Amino acid sequence: MKNELGRVINAIVLCLGCLGCLGPGLPAARAEVGVVVERASGSVQLVDNDTRAALARITGLGDLSHASLVYSKDARHVFVFGRDGGLSKIDLLARKTVKRTLQAGNSIGGAISRDGRLVAVANYEPGGVKIFDAETLEQLAEIPSTYGSEGKRSKVVGIADASGSRFVFSLFDADEIWVADLSEPRAPRVRKFRNIGRQPYDALITQDGRHYIAGLFGEDGLALLDMNNLDGGVRRILGGYGQGEEKLPVYKMPHLRGWAMAGDLAFLPAIGRHEVLVVDRRDWRAVATIPVHGQPVFVMARPDGRQVWVNYAFPLNDTVEVIDVAALKLVKSLKPGKTVLHMEFTAPGDEVWISARDDNKLVVYDTKSFARLAEFPADSPSGIFFAWRARIMGL
Amino acid sequence: MDRQYISRLNSTYAVASFRLAWLCAAAVCSAPLHCAEAGIAPPALERRAALTGMVRQDCGSCHGMTLKGGLGPALTPAALTDRPAESLVVTILSGRPGTAMPPWRNFLSADEAAWIVDQLQRGVLDEK
Repeated sequence: MKNELGRVINAIVLCLGCLGCLGPGLPAARAEVGVVVERASGSVQLVDNDTRAALARITGLGDLSHASLVYSKDARHVFVFGRDGGLSKIDLLARKTVKRTLQAGNSIGGAISRDGRLVAVANYEPGGVKIFDAETLEQLAEIPSTYGSEGKRSKVVGIADASGSRFVFSLFDADEIWVADLSEPRAPRVRKFRNIGRQPYDALITQDGRHYIAGLFGEDGLALLDMNNLDGGVRRILGGYGQGEEKLPVYKMPHLRGWAMAGDLAFLPAIGRHEVLVVDRRDWRAVATIPVHGQPVFVMARPDGRQVWVNYAFPLNDTVEVIDVAALKLVKSLKPGKTVLHMEFTAPGDEVWISARDDNKLVVYDTKSFARLAEFPADSPSGIFFAWRARIMGL
Repeated sequence: MDRQYISRLNSTYAVASFRLAWLCAAAVCSAPLHCAEAGIAPPALERRAALTGMVRQDCGSCHGMTLKGGLGPALTPAALTDRPAESLVVTILSGRPGTAMPPWRNFLSADEAAWIVDQLQRGVLDEK
């Protein structure tokens, strides 16, 4: 009898042991998994936002200042785009880098095609876009961003994935938007839109894939391309959006990729001014201006669209503010830590993770009560990327 | 274009001793003794650390954390070697109209900007 009990206990222990063995490998493909960029040390941390656990650190990824990443469609892999031109493919299950290539001298970001087969990287030096096989990281094509008559190459910004194996991106020095069709990955067909406005510095594609919008540093307004009607060309919207008559110094370029779309409203970071602009997406008319703490960098909507969270440029970057979408006004101001660089909502939006670079930590807030739920050590953290992004166009 | 811009700035900032002080500071600030002779105090140790952090992180958001360039140009010794220190100091303090370079004078003194230029030209700050 005693022996039998012992055997049962042994069996239970064995089973638990097995679960324990499997456990660490399982969460990687879930929406609750996330990757945090540690910009100064060239590493990323793999985290689980459900159990709030740090799962692993992956090092040796080069210069990750201004690094971004995209997920494979099954969220098993991430592709990390380093500033130094490094492109790394990380297996989240195996928790290690499985492929890595130094594909350029200076790089700004990338995108993955809708079907997940192609990864595109936007480069400053040498200027252009390179296309890689997502499986092998073999280079399939290069699109030099050559413009004008002297053969100069522009810095490429604001790359996004569009429907039908297309990538769309902007040429900072050339004032152009290009749409590259990669139906035949080794033979890209590029359609160029010229004179779209001076110095496009970043861009986004709306989550429905319909509109590609580039911010212009050199003049007021935004450049809008309807991806369903390329023949209609690029048109200028929001002529009043920008630095205006009295240009204010901009200490950090706003990031457009995080633009908040809440229902029919879009919330945009003003350039230089301490404002968030609210725009009606149906006719791109400005409907409100919300005064805020500093120059906005990221303006991000909670997944349910009822709140918009904003962080700020140097030197006011210790603060995060929350806008109530229904009331169109600020409802909360938070001080998560020194030098807040990024915010990321969990898939249901009940929590937000915030990186405080100079405090070397991540801070987790409840988005309803604004209670501080947890903190994690991280080495100069910047971008936080949760796996729900795998399903979203343009992220 | 560059020359016009600089000459305009020179007329704006035509206080001779001011310019001389910058020049001296930028040229010889590597040795504290020389700085003292030039009448410019190098920033205190703590402030140097703060300035170094600012260059890498905040200047770095456009020029790259390793200063090899981003939307803004590279700030490596090779990129800066032919640029007069004086005009670089003016650029830091006053920004460059028509570009994304903002003025930093609300956050830095002239001496501190001169110290940064000297460090950049000697490649001290771009080491990780």
